[in-house]
Order: sequence, then structure tokens, then C-alpha cells
Amino acid sequence: MSVTEQERRVVETPIAPPVWRHRHILDVDDFSREEIGLVFVTADAMKDILAREIKKVPTLRGKSLVTLFYEPSTRTRASFELAGKYLSADVVNVSASGSSVEKGESLLDTIHTLEALGAEVIIMRHPQSGAPYLAARNSKCSIVNAGDGWHAHPTQSLLDMYTIREKLGKLEGLRVAIVGDILHSRVARSNMWGLATMGAQVVVCGPPTLLPESFSRAFPVTVERSLERAVAGAHVVMALRLQKERQEKGLLPRIREYVSHYQINRERLAMAEPEALLMHPGPVNEGVEVSSELTRGVQSVIDTQVTNGVAVRMALLYLILGGRRPVARSEDSARPPGPDSSGFRSGEPAEGGRSQ
Amino acid sequence: MPDKIILQAQDVRRALTRIAHEIVEANRGTEGLLFVGVHSRGVPLAQRLAATIGEFEGVSIPVGALDISLYRDDIAKGAKPVVRRTDIPTDVTDKKVVLIDDVLYTGRSIRAAMDALMDLGRPQCIQLAVLIDRGHRELPIRPDFVGRNLPTSSSEEIAVHLKEIDGRDEVAIVRKEPAAEVRP
Repeated sequence: MSVTEQERRVVETPIAPPVWRHRHILDVDDFSREEIGLVFVTADAMKDILAREIKKVPTLRGKSLVTLFYEPSTRTRASFELAGKYLSADVVNVSASGSSVEKGESLLDTIHTLEALGAEVIIMRHPQSGAPYLAARNSKCSIVNAGDGWHAHPTQSLLDMYTIREKLGKLEGLRVAIVGDILHSRVARSNMWGLATMGAQVVVCGPPTLLPESFSRAFPVTVERSLERAVAGAHVVMALRLQKERQEKGLLPRIREYVSHYQINRERLAMAEPEALLMHPGPVNEGVEVSSELTRGVQSVIDTQVTNGVAVRMALLYLILGGRRPVARSEDSARPPGPDSSGFRSGEPAEGGRSQ
Repeated sequence: MPDKIILQAQDVRRALTRIAHEIVEANRGTEGLLFVGVHSRGVPLAQRLAATIGEFEGVSIPVGALDISLYRDDIAKGAKPVVRRTDIPTDVTDKKVVLIDDVLYTGRSIRAAMDALMDLGRPQCIQLAVLIDRGHRELPIRPDFVGRNLPTSSSEEIAVHLKEIDGRDEVAIVRKEPAAEVRP
């Protein structure tokens, strides 16, 4: 590519207005289209850093991040840890198992302890929907939701949308089919909001026990029972992890039956648009949600999702930490105590408890 | 208060033409040169300098764009510029890099730019060309090529407008509005 051409493109990119309002990342349902666009543009620059020989910039030097995980995780946690480290922040990992949580410490006590230890950002995953909102209301730290119960997984949604935009050039007007256990999926919930904000059309598909009819009223989506009809004409097919414990609870007759009706295989993917993307938030149950040949096939962008996750999380850390002065200790005494004294709103009322 | 116009379009053009000649003279030719513009307005300036040199030397000097947001020292103080892409067409190692920016003020942006550049490789040397040097340096940094020295007070701002971004070429002094910011 000619240099001039390249530069012209760079110059002509309009400078995004300062649209960012978030101190916490709790869900994407209160993100505007401009804010999501800002995350994408910032992630583009972060992805360039990942391609360098020395993957490190000094941006968040002296900042402390803590990952606090009450549920197991490989990619989300490693992704956040690396994102923080590539930006030169100090990162500490705390797991519920092996920590004082096992001795019975409450969530808020743990949050306050981490705050007292000097953490500026707490990246938390918790089995209880809404837990990060509670933490955000009661802490001076920025809280990043790395998954709460069935409710939300905003960073996964942002990296999914970033990956679609990178591969297909846009989100607006695309048809995205999300297939599988929608009911228990925080990934699906965040994606339904985010994709709708960006102007994509979302179709969800799954068995009635894992996808109640009411979803079409609660979310900006179409519910489809037939996988063939859901996938037809889709630009993106996103399979969700089938949580094995659901079968034990009687929501699924047999895994084999699920596979025969809802597995994404070669024939079914062929009904989508010719170069449709195949996505999966991971971890994949080998040969259940997606046939093994497709997981590593040409249409699969599962590995790209993981790589992009680091860039998107770097962008988010930059945006929440770069944005505001840390709350100075001296200000504490100047303000009356109370839920509103910390200078930010959290939970974005009215939105918080909607999902279940 | 109306802006005071310091450079008109033809002044900008003459200044850039002179700088272009000075760069070639100081480097005894164009061998090994790499122009790197600092986002945003340094980038079109770098392109124009390269184009001007291309006209009289008949060579094509590579031009890159550098974003310094991630290297700034005021992130913790609340600065949060939009991060743009750094896009440099060749390896910077062993190149004579000419950093190009519109206004040189405290020198902190250039400090950040040098750090960003060093993370990409080991240039043979780094030189600095700016359209306006307005003084008030806070770091031991001096430009090698200057379009215009413009002594200013810190209550003033320099507004550089370039065709590629703003639709016209013009440099003006703007008086800052008294701080309307009332923050608790």
C-alpha cells in the first residue's frame, strides 16, 4: 500500500468526540453507539501493540488492577491480566478458592480490603447476577464485570462485536444467529443488547427449556425454534457453550438429542451466508455445540475472538483509567457519607435488575 | 475576542518550503531519512514536507504517523486523548528520523513521541521539525527546524489549521477563555 494512501486514511478518520461516560464496565446495555465505536477505535490501536515485538506501553504505569474471580476462568482472566500487563499496570489475581472468601469474608469486605490495598480497578466474576453493581455502589474502585451469573458479560460482547466488525467491516444491518443455551447465558444477554445498539438483527435459537418464548418480549430479538430457519441468511452464527450441569437438572433430555437438533455442523452452516463467521465464546465442548471439523475450519473465528479480547480489554482499561482522576483520599472527609458521595452513579438504576 | 492571525496560507507554505530545504541540507541529502508526523496535525505536515522534497530532489521519503496517547505523562491527571493508530511504513532502526509536529510548547509531547519511537526500534538519530515554537519549555528539548518562533503567554493558545484537517491553512493566536470549569 502506498504510504500516502495509508496516511490519508489515517488523517481523514474523524476524531471521535469525547463520548466516554463510564467509570465502571457493568454491562453494554447502557453503552451508546458512539461509546462502543470509541472502544473499537481504541482497540484498533491496542491491536497494533499486540503485533509488536515488544508488547508493552507505559500508559498505566503505577496503576493496580485486581482480578477477583468467584468462578473458574481461563481466557477471560488471562486476557485481563495480559491486557493490564501490556499497559504496564500491576496486576494481582485473587480467586475465591484459597482466599479469605473461604473463611467466610463477604463480597463487600473483600472489595474494601482490595481497595485498602491500593487497587484502582477490580475485575470481578461472580455467580450472583448483579454482584458487580453492588460492588460498584460501595467502592471507590472502578469495577469491571467479567461475568455475573446469567446477567452480563460486557467485555465478551464487546470483543465479539469487535471481531465481527474487523472481519465483516460493519455491524449495522447484519443478521446474527445466537444458538444454544440462551436462558443461562450472560454472553447472549450482553450480545443481544450490544448488537441491537449497533443496528444488527439478532435471532436466538434453542430448545424451549433453554430459551423461553418471553425472550422476544424482554430483548430486542426474534426467537426461532428451527435451527435451519435461524441460520438461514445469517452473516454470523454464534454457538454458546452448553453447560453440562443443565442436563443434570433435567432441562435437556440427552446431549445426543441436543446435538442432533442444535449442533452447528457443515450442512447447517452452509445455510448461512457464504462466508458467514462461526463464533463461540469458549470454552468449547468438543463435538457438542459445534462439530469438531468446524471448530478449526476456515469460517471459525474462535481464536481471533480470544486475541481480540486482549486488545478490547486494553482499550477498556485505558478508557476507564485514563478518564478520571482517582478519587483523592482528602476528598473523603469533605463529603457527607452516603451512597451518592462517591461522585459517580452505578448500576444505572432502572437497568440493573431487568435481565432475569 | 477575535483571533490574531499570525501565518496565512502562503506563510505556511513558505515556512514548510524553507524547512524542507534545511532538512536536506542538514542531512546532506535524503539518504536514510524517515519522516514521522505526530497525530493529528503533524501527519499532514510530514506529508507536505516529503512532497516538497520529492519535487526538488526527485526522491520519495517514507512518511509515518505516530500516536503518543499511550506515552503521555498526564494520563493519571485525567487526560484521555482518543488513541489513533501508529502507522510507520518501515523499520525505524538505523533511520534518520525527523519527528514533525505543529506546535512545540512544553516539550512533553515530544518526550512522549521519542519514547514511542524508541519502542519501535533504534533510530540512528531523531531530529525535530515544528511549524511553530511558542516557548515555555519544561524539558531540555529543542527543535532542529522551526517554521516560526512565536513568543506567547501561557494564557494564549496557538490554533494551527491545516487544509487536510480544517479546510484551510492558517495559524492564529487565541486567547483562552477564563476557566469556566467549576469542579468540586
